[in-house]
Amino acid sequence: MELKGKAHKFGDDVNTDYIISGRYKFKIQDPHELAKHLMEDLKSDFYKKISAGGESASAKGRCAPGAKRGKRGDFIVAGRNFGCGSSREQAPLAIKYAGVCAVLAKSFARIFFRNSINIGLMLLECDTDAISDGDYLLVNIKRGLVYNKTKNMKIQIRPLPNFILKILKDGGLVNHFKRHKGFKF
Amino acid sequence: MSKTVAEKILSEHSRRDLKAGDYALSKVDFCFGQDGTSALIIDALHKLGVKELTARKRFCMVIDHSAPSPNIGISAVHAKMRKFAARNKLRLYDIGCGVCHQVILESGNVLPGDLVVGADSHTCTYGALGALATGFGSTDLAITLASGKNWFKVPETIKIIIDGKLPKGVYSKDIILHIIGDLGADGCTYNSIEFTGNTVAALTVDARFTISNMAVEMGAKCGIMYPDKKVISWLKKRGKKIKRKVYPDKDADYVSVKRYDASKLIPKISKPHTVDNVSNVKAVSGKPVNLAYIGTCTNGSLEDLVIASKILKDKTIADNVRLIIAPASRQIYLEAMRKGIIRTFIEAGGNVVTPGCGPCVGTHDGVPSDGEVVISTANRNFKGRMGNPDAFIYLASPATVAASALTGKITDPRRYA
Repeated sequence: MELKGKAHKFGDDVNTDYIISGRYKFKIQDPHELAKHLMEDLKSDFYKKISAGGESASAKGRCAPGAKRGKRGDFIVAGRNFGCGSSREQAPLAIKYAGVCAVLAKSFARIFFRNSINIGLMLLECDTDAISDGDYLLVNIKRGLVYNKTKNMKIQIRPLPNFILKILKDGGLVNHFKRHKGFKF
Repeated sequence: MSKTVAEKILSEHSRRDLKAGDYALSKVDFCFGQDGTSALIIDALHKLGVKELTARKRFCMVIDHSAPSPNIGISAVHAKMRKFAARNKLRLYDIGCGVCHQVILESGNVLPGDLVVGADSHTCTYGALGALATGFGSTDLAITLASGKNWFKVPETIKIIIDGKLPKGVYSKDIILHIIGDLGADGCTYNSIEFTGNTVAALTVDARFTISNMAVEMGAKCGIMYPDKKVISWLKKRGKKIKRKVYPDKDADYVSVKRYDASKLIPKISKPHTVDNVSNVKAVSGKPVNLAYIGTCTNGSLEDLVIASKILKDKTIADNVRLIIAPASRQIYLEAMRKGIIRTFIEAGGNVVTPGCGPCVGTHDGVPSDGEVVISTANRNFKGRMGNPDAFIYLASPATVAASALTGKITDPRRYA
């Protein structure tokens, strides 16, 4: 599986209140609408900036099946502890429905990590220091590598356990559960 | 093989001999959702298409995050929850029952040694009873409700030893804020914490909940304490007998051991906009505040209300401050009424609102305006947390918040102790 797009860089400890504020998550049920407020308190109009990514894997319907088709498919790139804070599944949902292909971070908070896998949002743990805002990235999941095309360098991804990859491949936990009639460990 | 509490509880619930780092499928003793997460639980169950909810009797829903509903969108979510509960004969705690964690603890559904998951990040609160309790998202919760099980990674454990007599005017909230300031927002990511030491033993069970509640603010999976006589009598009052207690083995493996001296602590405060941005109250004292909030799953217990009311008794809050109090549950509210505490708050100029989470999560009941300074007993001060990204939230103990409401500026509460 190959993903491509532009990097949108964030810092350490990006919490779920920043990803999608409680102002919206309690009253808006439609994930497409939630997506419009993604990261709003950190970068205003962030949602609109995602589309600038150009060619995207999600245009082929690969990584964000629920998202609007079109020029979408960039990456969120962050530092340590991405997704800390509340258990709101609306956080990874808003990222996914905004058309973001995958999140790359040095580490993820545990509930956010589970939620993302469960709804089929790809998370990649790697050293993100060498990625700057606007860099063009190509990710090869099978090889476990991020190619930073702008800087012409390779970054190793920390591999996910096999059964988690299986859940992602099935498109999230609900589909996984239905397909295997339970957990396939 | 020697084991930590987390290794023991997960081994028992998986019928396997597990060590940190292992993955396992484990049986869950209790699970729940609240009104911020239940709509997605119901949607996921619908997509799953299961006929039977295996954990039906080990599940409940609580309407607390926006109770009573402040708008049509949230009213629709509440209606969806009520309909789903009625159709599937599920337990539902409706508006006014209180914050999910307080309600579930009071219901006696969590016992030492249990494995509990909740679609709320502060589920780790129950660790103070000796349970392994952790937050999940909605899909995970739906799978748990449907199958009675879920997958777990066995966490490595950090032991935190807190010794020494707490000085006057210093509380369990100050202890945990100090620890979070020291270890940082990701200081315990994916770890189980075992809190122990003679300070913890001397605390009431309610004060212990405050510490376990905030374990997640350091990224921890759970914050466990060892069940003692106080826990046994706390549960006895709720009609529960303890069947088992889980303690770590003597030479269990800890990834690290931290020690804190409580006798040297002074009141602490988290400054905007992260929980780990901790300093002494003294360092920011004198800063004018606009809104003071006492309540939440962290500090809305009867004990917390007593501490605040002692400071506010026969006094009036400052003109520039609005004081909002939300008892954590209906039981606490009633008990506070009997004790005359509610009267004290109202006479002091405070506003007592329906038990629930409203102000803390910014859904209603006191959203600050642009540029305002809030001092709160809650557990999070992220930008926008209370509904306005242009407000500044400080977190402190109920004593510090009450003292600050009185003077109109951030105030060290020791002069009232």
